[in-house]
Amino acid sequence: MSIAVRVHGLVRRFGERIVLDGVDLEIRAGEFVALLGRSGSGKSTLLRALAGLDRQTIGSGDLSVPDRVSVVFQDARLLPWKRVFDNITLGLTDRSARSRVDRSLEEVGLAGRGRSWPYELSGGEQQRVALARSLVRDPQLLLADEPFGALDALTRIRMHALLRQLSARHRPAVLLVTHDVDEAIELAQRVLILEAGRITLDVPIVIEPEDLEGRAALRAQLLAHLGVPGAMRSPESLNRAAAATADRPAGYSQSDMSYPTERSA
Amino acid sequence: MNLSEYLRPSDGHVANTFQVAARRVPLTPGTPLAWGWLLGPLLLLAVWIAGSALGLIDPRVLPAPWATVRTAAHMISQGRLQSDLAVSAWRALQGLFFGVLLGVAAALFSGLTRIGDYLLDGLVQMQRGIPALALIPLIILWLGIGEAMKVAMISLVVFLQIYMHTHDALRSIDRKHVELAESLGLSRIAFLRHVVLPGALPGFLLGLRIGMAQAWIALVVVEEVNATSGIGYMITLARTYAETDIVLLGVVIYAVLGLSTDAAMRLLQRRLLTWRRTLAS
Repeated sequence: MSIAVRVHGLVRRFGERIVLDGVDLEIRAGEFVALLGRSGSGKSTLLRALAGLDRQTIGSGDLSVPDRVSVVFQDARLLPWKRVFDNITLGLTDRSARSRVDRSLEEVGLAGRGRSWPYELSGGEQQRVALARSLVRDPQLLLADEPFGALDALTRIRMHALLRQLSARHRPAVLLVTHDVDEAIELAQRVLILEAGRITLDVPIVIEPEDLEGRAALRAQLLAHLGVPGAMRSPESLNRAAAATADRPAGYSQSDMSYPTERSA
Repeated sequence: MNLSEYLRPSDGHVANTFQVAARRVPLTPGTPLAWGWLLGPLLLLAVWIAGSALGLIDPRVLPAPWATVRTAAHMISQGRLQSDLAVSAWRALQGLFFGVLLGVAAALFSGLTRIGDYLLDGLVQMQRGIPALALIPLIILWLGIGEAMKVAMISLVVFLQIYMHTHDALRSIDRKHVELAESLGLSRIAFLRHVVLPGALPGFLLGLRIGMAQAWIALVVVEEVNATSGIGYMITLARTYAETDIVLLGVVIYAVLGLSTDAAMRLLQRRLLTWRRTLAS
């Protein structure tokens, strides 16, 4: 399968502070990757680098991304002076794109709301418009920067289902930046942890939804890696989780040997 | 404390808690009325009418409203009032046109480019510090005492307001919206059209509202210079001959123009800014 994103030796610094310290990363086409990390670990900086939104930042490294890249921000970032329809078509010039808007609104469950003003929508609805705005561009890479961080717990659960459904249908490569371990396990096929500007953990997720034990163990493992050891389970359940994730499907390029794969820093 | 004890209405204060919560102080100004903005002006008119009718206002100090209406009718029958008004309105309109055009162009240039900012903003701030009255002699020197000078003065006044407020609104466009435009790959033209202009519109409209009011005021000043027509000229002439009723008529006309201009601008603001939810809406 083809590679959508290839990053090699990416360095970004703000003044004296090195935010990204040589990041290597590959994301295959259609792959859903979650990027975890504590605040200040450089998650957003990496995403902004991939989005091409960091032209003022000093840095080096190789970066290749597809032509069509869409970004979903933490806030829906709708222009308040444009109706929903015009927010979605913003910057699109081809006529066929306009005809796709109705379909994309329907996909995110907002059929018939094209004439609404952004202020008339709830936070969750606004974020769904932002999703529609991304999807209508048929992205090869979807970058999402804590897209559900500002939503309430119930809306977030619905949005998870929606995002999973949409990414399964449209098959973009997805990089989801989040600090929510459960969200990462819920949505992604692969989880990365960024720590002090380096990717220090790269784990494929192949746990069946009904394998609660395995989930809990993975969750504890990720949390421990993120510096929340209180959530750590017993070593025994960890081992079982490792066994459960060992028989993942072929094709996960990175960490084929053992779970979890610790990268050398 | 257990819950039933807390809710028991034996103590008056506790029982009241619910009502207090329901009677939360509304901080918005309340529901708007369609013609509500006329209340103040109509009240002033009522006081004027009552004061004159009851003889409380000396007509030598302030002529009665009906005297002013009579003066207006007389001047209209002579054809003087409408021609003066038309001349003044035409000057104001031209000044407005050039002022808005230059103001928007300058605000965009200085708001969107560094070089424009460094070149223009300082100049405008300098010019803003110079009283219009001090500039008139110079402008007369450069442009003569004809129409060009008058239109130029009005343009200048309008320009400043449009520039200041448009520039300010443009500068305070949310960085996040700029970033969004970048992430969507908007061209410069599309960015200008979809983000910058609508984002700066509230400021532009405020500048237009103030600029239009000041355009009428500037008229009085410029029409005192070698004018043979216009409302300002009409007032100046009446002042020379101590025709208080005509001076008052001029004042009333300015007041009505100011009020109706403002009402029109407010309507325009409401129409164009439907997307905004503010304290006033």
